[in-house]
Amino acid sequence: MANEMATRLAYGEALVELGRRDQRVVVLDADLSGSTKTDLFAREFPQRFFNMGVAEQNMMAVAAGLAHAGKLPFASTFAIFAAGRAWEVVRQSIAYSAANVKIVASHGGVTVGPDGGSHQAIEDLALMRVLPNMVVIVPADGVEMKKVVETVAQVQGPCYVRGGRIKSPVIFEETYQFRIGKGVCLRQGKDVTLAACGLMVHQALAAAEWLAKERISAEVLNLSTIKPLDEDLLCQSAAKTGCVVTCEEHLVNGGLGGACAEALGERLPVPLERIGVRDTFGISGRPDELLEYFGLTPADIAAAAVRVMSRK
Amino acid sequence: MAQVESRMLDPREELPGLVELARQARVDVLKMLNRAGSGHTGGSLSAVDILVALFFGHMRLKADDPCWRMRDRFVLSKGHAAPALYAVLAKLGYLRPDDLMTLRQVNSCLQGHPDAKMCTGVECSTGSLGQGLGMALGLALGMRLDKLSSRVYALLGDGEMQEGMVWEAAMAAAHYRAANLTAICDNNGLQIDGRVAEVMNVEPLGAKWRAFGWNALEVDGHDMEAIVSALQTAAAHEAGPSIIIARTVKGKGVSLFENRASSHGVAPSDHELKVALRELGEVPLG
Ligand SMILES: Cc1ncc(C[n+]2csc(CCOP(=O)(O)OP(=O)(O)O)c2C)c(N)n1
Ligand SMILES: [Mg+2]
Repeated sequence: MANEMATRLAYGEALVELGRRDQRVVVLDADLSGSTKTDLFAREFPQRFFNMGVAEQNMMAVAAGLAHAGKLPFASTFAIFAAGRAWEVVRQSIAYSAANVKIVASHGGVTVGPDGGSHQAIEDLALMRVLPNMVVIVPADGVEMKKVVETVAQVQGPCYVRGGRIKSPVIFEETYQFRIGKGVCLRQGKDVTLAACGLMVHQALAAAEWLAKERISAEVLNLSTIKPLDEDLLCQSAAKTGCVVTCEEHLVNGGLGGACAEALGERLPVPLERIGVRDTFGISGRPDELLEYFGLTPADIAAAAVRVMSRK
Repeated sequence: MAQVESRMLDPREELPGLVELARQARVDVLKMLNRAGSGHTGGSLSAVDILVALFFGHMRLKADDPCWRMRDRFVLSKGHAAPALYAVLAKLGYLRPDDLMTLRQVNSCLQGHPDAKMCTGVECSTGSLGQGLGMALGLALGMRLDKLSSRVYALLGDGEMQEGMVWEAAMAAAHYRAANLTAICDNNGLQIDGRVAEVMNVEPLGAKWRAFGWNALEVDGHDMEAIVSALQTAAAHEAGPSIIIARTVKGKGVSLFENRASSHGVAPSDHELKVALRELGEVPLG
C-alpha cells in the first residue's frame, strides 16, 4: 500500500472486493458516490448499487428494508448527513430494529477543509455512540479501513464507520488483524497514555516522538472502535502510566474523549485531558490550517501530555 | 415607516445593465474560485442571472442599509452556490471587493457555504440541502404576522428537490397560503453524480408544484427580461406561494464548464480561468 491514502478510497476499494465475494452486498449513496468512493462499486455492480439522490433520510430507511430482505446494505454519504440529517431514521429504522445496515460515512472531522463548518461532522461519533445496538468505528488508516469493511460484513447488526476526506499516512502493515472492540497498543510507554482514533492516531504517534526527545515516555493506543470501547486496554494502560490524553477529530464531548472519560470515571479515575474541538463549529480553511486552528497538532497533544502528567 | 434618506434600489437597473452586471459577477465568481482553489463552479454560474435579476432587478433593498427592516429576504437554499451570492452582495456594496478574494480562507466572512453569523447580506446559513425553503417560509410567515409587505425568495437546485424536506415545506407554504414567498428552481438538469433524470428523476416539476398548490411559472433562467417579468408575475399572485422553474445551464457562460456534471465541485485552474475570462470578454490588463 502507498504510504498515504484516504480512508474513503480504501473503503471504495474494499467494497468492490467484498462485492465480488458476497452477493448479498448492496450499496446505497445519496449523490456523493464520487466523494464517498462507492462509485467504484457502482461501476462494477450497477445492479447492486442504488443512488437514492440527495435524500439521506430515505436512503437509511431503504437500507433498513434491504437488510430485512436479507441483503447486506452499505449506505454512504458525508458523515454530517449520515449521522446528522438522517439520525432519527437511523435510530428507528436501523438501530432500534437492529437492522444489518453498515453506514460508512466519509468526510468526518474538520479536515473536510474549505467547504466549512456546515460540512464538517464533529458530532457524528457522539450521535452514533448514544444509539443502542450501534457499533462505532473510526479506522486510523487505509489498511485498517479495509479490515474494518471485511469485519463488519461478517457481524450481524448496525455499524457506523467514519472515514476522512484527505490522504493520511498509512500506519498498519497489511498483516494487521482488526477486531471489533479491540484497541491496539502502537507504542509502549510508561509516563502518559495517548488514546486516539482516526487521523489523530498519526498525530499522537508524532507527539510521542516529540515527547521522547523530552524524555517523556508516551504509550499510544489506537482505539478505533469507539463503541464498544476497549475499556480493558485503556484501563491497563492508564494503570501503568497514571494519566491519559484522548485525541480525536471531533468535539471533545461524546466521542472518544467522552467514552474514555466515562470508562475511566467508573473504573479508574486518573487525570485526563481531551484533545478535540471545544464547543464550536468548524470553519473554512485548508485541512492543515484547521488542525492547527482547532489545536489538533502533535504539539498540542504533547503539551496536553505535559499538563496531564503534572496533575498525577 | 420612517422614510430614511438612504437610496432604495427601486426601480432598478435597466436590462442592459443587468446583463452587464451578470457578466461581471461571472468574472468575479471565477476569480474567487480560482483563488480559493476549491468550490462549486457549475452551480454558481448557472445561478448568476437569477441572482442578478433578483437583487438588481426586483428585490426591495437598500444599498446602504443591509438590515433595513422592510427589505425583501433571500435564502440561498442551494448554499454551494455561495460564490455567486457573494459576488452579487459585493456589487450591492454589502461586501468589500477585497473580501471576495478571501473565499474559503481561515477566518474569512466568505465561508465555503453561506454563514449568516459572519457575512452581511446572508439571511440564513445554508449548505445542507433541503432546509432553505422551510426557513424562507418561516421568514415569510413571521413577516406576515408583523404586517410587513416584504417578500421572501429562496433559490433551490433541481437535485436538491430530491430532499423530502423540500416537499414538506412546499405543502406547508401552500397550506398557509404564503403568497409573500417565491421559490426559484435552478433547473440545470445536473447534480453531482450525473443527470438529475438518471440519478433520481424529479420531473415533471411544474406539475408536482402545482399539485402541491403552488403557482408554477417556467422561464429561461438566462433570459434576464424573462426572469424579471416572472418575478413580477409571482409577486402579483396573491392566492399563495409561487415557484419559478428556471431552465438553466450548469456552468453557464464558460464553454469549458457548460453542461458538465464534472464542473460541479471543481474550481477553475489558472489556465481555465484565463480561457474563461477571455470568453466572458474580460481583457487582461497590460
Ligand atoms: C443534505 C445534503 N446532502 C448532500 C449534499 C452534498 N451536495 C452538495 S451539492 C449537491 C448536488 C446538488 O444538486 P443541485 O441541487 O442540482 O445543485 P446544482 O446543480 O444547482 O449545483 C450535493 C448532493 C449537501 N450539500 N446537503
Ligand atoms: Mg442541478
